[in-house]
Amino acid sequence: MKLKYLSAPYIVWMALFVVAPVIIVVVYAFTSAAGEFTFDNFAKMGGYVSVFSRSFLLAIISTAICIIIGYPVAYILSKERARQQRILIMLIMLPMWMNFLLRTYAWMSILENTGLLNRLLTLLGLPAVNIINTPTAIVIGMVYNFLPFMILPIYSVIVKIDRSLIEAAQDLGANAVTVFRRVIFPLSLPGVFSGITMVFVPAVSTFVISQLLGGGANMLLGDLIEMQFLGAAYNPHLGSAIALVMMVIVMICMWLMNKFGAGGEEAVML
Amino acid sequence: MAKELIRLRDCTMVFDDDVVLNKINLSIKDNEFLTLLGPSGCGKTTTLRIIGGFVKPTSGDVFFNGVRINDVPPHKRTVNTVFQKYALFPHLDVYENIAFGLRINRHEGRRLSKDEIHSRVMEMLEIVSLKGFEHRDVTSLSGGQQQRVAIARALVNRPKVLLLDEPLGALDLRLRKDMQIELKRIQEATGITFVYVTHDQEEALSMSDTVVVMDGGVIQQIGTPEDIYNEPVNAFVADFIGESNIVDGIMIEDGVVEIFGKKFACLDAGFAPNEPVDVVIRPEDVDIVDIKDGMLTGTVTNVTFKGVHYDVIVDFKGFKWLIQTTDYCPVNSRIGIKIDPDGIHVMHKSQYSGMFGDYSSYSAEYEEISDAELGPEETVSEDKLYEA
Repeated sequence: MKLKYLSAPYIVWMALFVVAPVIIVVVYAFTSAAGEFTFDNFAKMGGYVSVFSRSFLLAIISTAICIIIGYPVAYILSKERARQQRILIMLIMLPMWMNFLLRTYAWMSILENTGLLNRLLTLLGLPAVNIINTPTAIVIGMVYNFLPFMILPIYSVIVKIDRSLIEAAQDLGANAVTVFRRVIFPLSLPGVFSGITMVFVPAVSTFVISQLLGGGANMLLGDLIEMQFLGAAYNPHLGSAIALVMMVIVMICMWLMNKFGAGGEEAVML
Repeated sequence: MAKELIRLRDCTMVFDDDVVLNKINLSIKDNEFLTLLGPSGCGKTTTLRIIGGFVKPTSGDVFFNGVRINDVPPHKRTVNTVFQKYALFPHLDVYENIAFGLRINRHEGRRLSKDEIHSRVMEMLEIVSLKGFEHRDVTSLSGGQQQRVAIARALVNRPKVLLLDEPLGALDLRLRKDMQIELKRIQEATGITFVYVTHDQEEALSMSDTVVVMDGGVIQQIGTPEDIYNEPVNAFVADFIGESNIVDGIMIEDGVVEIFGKKFACLDAGFAPNEPVDVVIRPEDVDIVDIKDGMLTGTVTNVTFKGVHYDVIVDFKGFKWLIQTTDYCPVNSRIGIKIDPDGIHVMHKSQYSGMFGDYSSYSAEYEEISDAELGPEETVSEDKLYEA
């Protein structure tokens, strides 16, 4: 039908800005500076195992914390009246309208050794804590920045659960806990999977948060890749190889998750 | 006389200043098939939801076995519901949907073992003719099959009462007829009290022991299907149940009613002398006779062939009657009619007087239009799936 031509702009867009860059990354990853085919770039990555493991570990921790905080928030939100729901969603979205860098800078000034947090602690007569430039600071930054991406998909799945299903469960003898455990939670899993994807992927590749809150000692994959393209270590071939490996690992993670979350078709974001 | 199981006393329901139920009093007996019948918005579903515990009446009391249960939440009531849109759990297969209530509850004071659950689920599948479907995804089933799963899921808990909220509404006509017979059979086999909500008068008449006709949040009449059909209390009930000609009359004395200035013998009594009344004459109770033998004479304005009979519209001094007859009368012919005393039913005037029972706007298309409301969904495929 003629309608299919309407998708042309989208196809062109995808080809230019998604497919082409991926091809370029692949080509770079398998060539040397001289332009010859090589596996050297991958061989060199052995020295960066710690960066890989730190990135994935922090991303997993952040994603887990986002679920722990985000799920109850989404659930409570879905129980509010329609008007309250809109207001609360606004409040959750509000920080996202502010610049990402700015938000992260704000956390710097909170977590600094002489920052707001420590000043408050001192005021209360408590010992100061050293958070800035530690993995903890990175996790805090990630959770703060990515939490809305966990809350919103879970919320949108829960509000769509048919009210009559909950009544049916009550009717069959389920108390509030059982209704949640046997009906609401399983039906909300697609939202949780979407949330995991939307939090985990940016978390594993972030570089701003780690630079600003993690200091130099807690380099993450994002920083490593950035260094290869913009930094002193300039080596786009190595950078592409790292990016490629990260992409493959992320895709495997997502694939595994979707496999275990059978029935969570809506979660397939990739 | 079976004992009373459920009683609603002066139940009133108000949603946002809107009186949905107005002082409903209803008694439901053990083992009874009771139908709440009425047009949409009459309060029948709200009544059902009060019994199910999903809503609390604004005022009034609900009793179950003599105990007030207003504050008992749905999960603690020995009542199960078949929801209008079935409300099957999409994340569970047929087997797990049916087993849901068995898994989460204590039955006779203890948890059921795996084997007991299995045998009860399989027994239910047998009853609703869904053997072999246990591991099917509920979303892959046809409407009729989902319906059966919903019934099985409710009945497997062996409730005292099964509430059914227009359970056949989404099915096509033929499947609906089959399911009506099926439901009645299940009700008789299990001895469970059924409280059934529908707007389909035919369904109500053919299945129920007791019919409760509702309109505007008020119970209009409670009775057996025969009572409701033969002795409607007012013009609303007469019109809602079957076809009826409703005309103004004057009750001269016991057994004599005047219609269009002519005196007719009837069986009704107990009205005040010369009381203005509504008179119901069912289309099948009118005999067409020669003009000279007619108690009234009129002109045929419309004839529709209906298979078993003709629908004949006859004009009597501007008021049009529907007559169902097996004799063909050509349009524009003059005919006489005769009505036996038992074909006349006299009712007191009510708020509904003058609103129903005139066939002036009758047209043959009318029937088709009202049938089309049932919705074209699944009509053909449904049947095929069901037969397969």
